[in-house]
Amino acid sequence: MEELNHTTVWFVIFAMAIGSFLIRFSFLGIIGDRQMPEWVLRHLRYTPVAVLPGLVAPLVFWPAATGGSPDPARMGAALVTLAVGYFSKNVLAAILSGAATLYGLLFLLG
Amino acid sequence: MTASNPKRHFLRGTRDALPFLLVIIPFAALFGVVATEAGLNVAEVMGFSVLVIAGAAQFTAVQLMTENAPTVIVILTSLAVNMRMAMYSASLTPYLGSAPIWQRGLVAYLMVDQAYALSQIKFEMERELTVPERFAYYVGTVAPLAPFWYGASYIGAVAGAQVPPEFALDFALPITFLAMIAPALRSMAHVASALTSVVLALLMAWMPYGSGLLVAAIGAMVVGAQVELYMERRAA
Repeated sequence: MEELNHTTVWFVIFAMAIGSFLIRFSFLGIIGDRQMPEWVLRHLRYTPVAVLPGLVAPLVFWPAATGGSPDPARMGAALVTLAVGYFSKNVLAAILSGAATLYGLLFLLG
Repeated sequence: MTASNPKRHFLRGTRDALPFLLVIIPFAALFGVVATEAGLNVAEVMGFSVLVIAGAAQFTAVQLMTENAPTVIVILTSLAVNMRMAMYSASLTPYLGSAPIWQRGLVAYLMVDQAYALSQIKFEMERELTVPERFAYYVGTVAPLAPFWYGASYIGAVAGAQVPPEFALDFALPITFLAMIAPALRSMAHVASALTSVVLALLMAWMPYGSGLLVAAIGAMVVGAQVELYMERRAA
């Protein structure tokens, strides 16, 4: 691998730091306490459930660790995490059962 | 009467966020390891983790730099991975928009998926919270996460050891996000929105620089809002 240019690395770090802050500050900073219309609020209510499942889906169905082919251990772990989280409403229980399922299936399916 | 008690809400936030340490610590350590292997020194690893404080975007940037991608592409792609935070910012605005500017600045700097998801769900369920209570809760959720994010990045960078692939750390992130989302699926509209997000994200995965996720998220928000309207009309 080529040696990284450290000036470039710091340039990337500062550009990303400023850019990420501006993205995160955007609406909070500009809109502030002005009232947003009801239809906008209705859409924003779904932001977490609209973003995170889409972020995770490719990682569940096509994990890079298996070269992008579907993997029963990861699928099983995802299903168990979702089911335990849905029925128990307990994030820690969901994470632990998901991790246990993942390691259990990876061990069994070797 | 019950006096406003930000401290209590800070502690509730911290308690709610503690399970995420199980994920934040390995994830940050992995970043330190991967970045060090890519040729970054400890100061640069810490520069990323402290100044950028966005795991997925940091991994993306390091990955692209090792592929010798042009610097502009490295920056724009990594920022695109962070574009979801603009939606987080918008969705927190109704709850925190009237806070002082320095508090909004701090909320922006500390905006990570876990803090956002916990807070947004809390604010939606407990409408009576005051703005200082909401701010306290939000900061409370990040209080345990940020120091361990920094610390574990440092340990990963210094230790630099190869984490064996058997640990399957690639799956720490999906498990946390699913664990956060599952309890939030409390209405037909939320379920429809989440399903739309999954289907569209998979269909749009070919789009460059993570832009497919933004399309999926916008589609899913529209579906959630429409299903909500439909259910309201049917109930009326």
